[in-house]
Amino acid sequence: MPLWLIVSATMDAVSSVKLPVRQIYVSSSLWKKNLAAAGPQKFTQEFIDKQVEEFEVGKRHLANMMEEDPETFTQEDIDRSIAYLFPSGLFEKRARPFMKHPEEIFPKQTAIQWDAKGRPFHFLFYTGKQSYYSLLHDVYEKILAIERHQDKMRNKGLFTSDTKQILLTGSRWLLKEEIEENLVENISDQDYMRLIQLMEKLLSMPYCSLEKEFILKFRKQLEVQSSKYEIPALQYDPQGVAFSVADGRRKTAKASITLRDSGSGNITINGRNYLHYFPVLQNRVQLMFPLLFVGMMGRFDIEGSVEGSGHSAQAGALRLAISRALLSFVSEGEVEKMRQAGLLTADPRIRERKKP
Amino acid sequence: MNLHKLSSRLCPTVSKFRHLHIQSSGQQLEAVAVETESTEPNPLSVFRTSEQNPTYHSERHTGQYYTLPPAHIQKLFPHGLPPRFQLQIKTFNEGCVMVRPPVLELISYLKKADYSKPPLRYILYGDIGTGKSMSLSHALHYCYTQGWLIVHIPDAHLWVKNCKELLPSSSRPSRFDQPIQASQWLKNFKITNEGFLSKIKTTQQYVWTKRESTEKGQPLGVLVDQGVNRMKSSSDVVGAVLRELRLQAGGTTEGEGAFKLAVAVDGVNALWGKTSLKKEDRTMVCWCKPEELTLIHNLRKMMKNNWSGGAILTALSQTGSLFKPQSAYLPSELLGEEGFDNMEPFVPVSVSNYNEKEFESCYLYYLERNWLQHPHSRSEEGKKELIFLSNKNPSILERLCAFL
Repeated sequence: MPLWLIVSATMDAVSSVKLPVRQIYVSSSLWKKNLAAAGPQKFTQEFIDKQVEEFEVGKRHLANMMEEDPETFTQEDIDRSIAYLFPSGLFEKRARPFMKHPEEIFPKQTAIQWDAKGRPFHFLFYTGKQSYYSLLHDVYEKILAIERHQDKMRNKGLFTSDTKQILLTGSRWLLKEEIEENLVENISDQDYMRLIQLMEKLLSMPYCSLEKEFILKFRKQLEVQSSKYEIPALQYDPQGVAFSVADGRRKTAKASITLRDSGSGNITINGRNYLHYFPVLQNRVQLMFPLLFVGMMGRFDIEGSVEGSGHSAQAGALRLAISRALLSFVSEGEVEKMRQAGLLTADPRIRERKKP
Repeated sequence: MNLHKLSSRLCPTVSKFRHLHIQSSGQQLEAVAVETESTEPNPLSVFRTSEQNPTYHSERHTGQYYTLPPAHIQKLFPHGLPPRFQLQIKTFNEGCVMVRPPVLELISYLKKADYSKPPLRYILYGDIGTGKSMSLSHALHYCYTQGWLIVHIPDAHLWVKNCKELLPSSSRPSRFDQPIQASQWLKNFKITNEGFLSKIKTTQQYVWTKRESTEKGQPLGVLVDQGVNRMKSSSDVVGAVLRELRLQAGGTTEGEGAFKLAVAVDGVNALWGKTSLKKEDRTMVCWCKPEELTLIHNLRKMMKNNWSGGAILTALSQTGSLFKPQSAYLPSELLGEEGFDNMEPFVPVSVSNYNEKEFESCYLYYLERNWLQHPHSRSEEGKKELIFLSNKNPSILERLCAFL
């Protein structure tokens, strides 16, 4: 039975007879498994190669089954097909059936590090953390190389301190767990701090742009999150008045509003004035907050309908709907500020079930 | 002007202010209250008027506060003002009422009415917290300054609920008396209309018990004292007093002078609604109907326009009403069919939330009284927040500012 299809971590039912019982990991760095303690090579390289081969064959079979082109069958298509063929109602996404490349499934392991006579290959083997120390060694080599380069430039008289600097905004250093994953070794917190300090020292020198690719290997790009929100389109009335429509939800309450421009701050909810609909002050404050934050208090007329749940949840749903509708009237920088203020995040809290 | 310099020295935090021309007292400034964050060079004249007599209030004074003289407050409103306003008077050491269009309308009707004809019935109606009771009090102040006789029931709902003692009536078997409420009201009536008590004489003899009776021709004061002293018959005394006043209001009798009668009832929808008082029959406990209460019965007789020489000013009230939904505010909803038929024809006067100018006035008044302590409330954004949160509703604004 082909092994590329893994059904569940708990049910090791899909194990073939000829292979030993194996532990199944998804992504070790996330589950914080002890990589180095797993010891060298539970799986041989041939085994991994065979898995890769089976995976590729299986991918082509799957593409044929789904009547798509096997050549251009990407991982997303694989995920989609598996979700279609094996629908699962399990809440935990990691427990559902998946099909991934063996590289992602089987953890990186260390190959056997000594030869037949017991002599270690690497010169730093007896430090215990050979990859980590060799990495430090490499970084220091590069520092020295840059210093030599600097001296050369000084000798020639071409030394300038305002050389091209590496852009570091929008990225962060790799986390300790990610470095551990790369090195296939455990490192301590102090080791990690030492490595980062060394990298910072490298960055502080002029001419560090020579080693740009090396450094960028250790930086991870951060996504710009505010670009994720889709802004509702600004529509126009027959009279030329701009308005936008948006929805919001909070804890079973659903709200939908129309925000009209050039109004005078009237708010009508379900046909009634907001003063009558929300006699409690706190709910009115919730309604007021998005407008106050953006500074457009007396400008809009709001017409809303809301149903479900209780009065606080309805107020929260309306607040989210108002913030979303305001996105189309507001500039980019304001959108980011609103996101940071928490106006655009849907509150994920729901009622928990009753337990005995 | 000296006052200008004085106030600008006293208010160093003024960032910008408009120079306003001050004319003679009582005349309002035009185009006021567009500049918001200014404590004016003469704060007194923007939102206050020195015109203390409601007779002379006119459209020029809308949005401005006038002060109720303390002597008048004590005499005219021993029980009459809304409780929150009484607290405000105590806090601010003065009672200031805002002049608003519905009251001006009402006062103009009162000025033009013909008092030889049956009285006109005015009903003040509006949403909760828009100022109906305050408007009624303002109109009543006008009547008082004109020298009318005031019959003021501050809240008719108090007579149909939460009554501890309910006695079967002494005069009629199917009715119930409320001695405490009746005697309380008679005491307040005495304070308000002291001047008239000696002038009006009774027209017939009233027999209370075997031993007590009031003869014909006695001054009204005796009748009132009878009710105050003898709690048992106080409800009937109330009925008698009202009857006397009804008969003599037009000044057709040979009494010492004609007087005009102002009947002011707040919460008039209580007269035709339900009560929350239980009567214990022999078989079971059931609710009293309003007709079965002596006080209500007599009041209903006053509401009819079969007398002349006065006016009936009423205000609806949902907050004290029993078994009425909170969204009801129109006369037809709150009075019910029976009430509506009884009160028809009437002059409805609608009271609504503050408009911008009135809100401005109220805001400046609170600022001047140092009621808004929070520094943010003095700024422009703070004001916008207040407008939003209260939607310019007077009572909500007042409650909001109370904890700022």
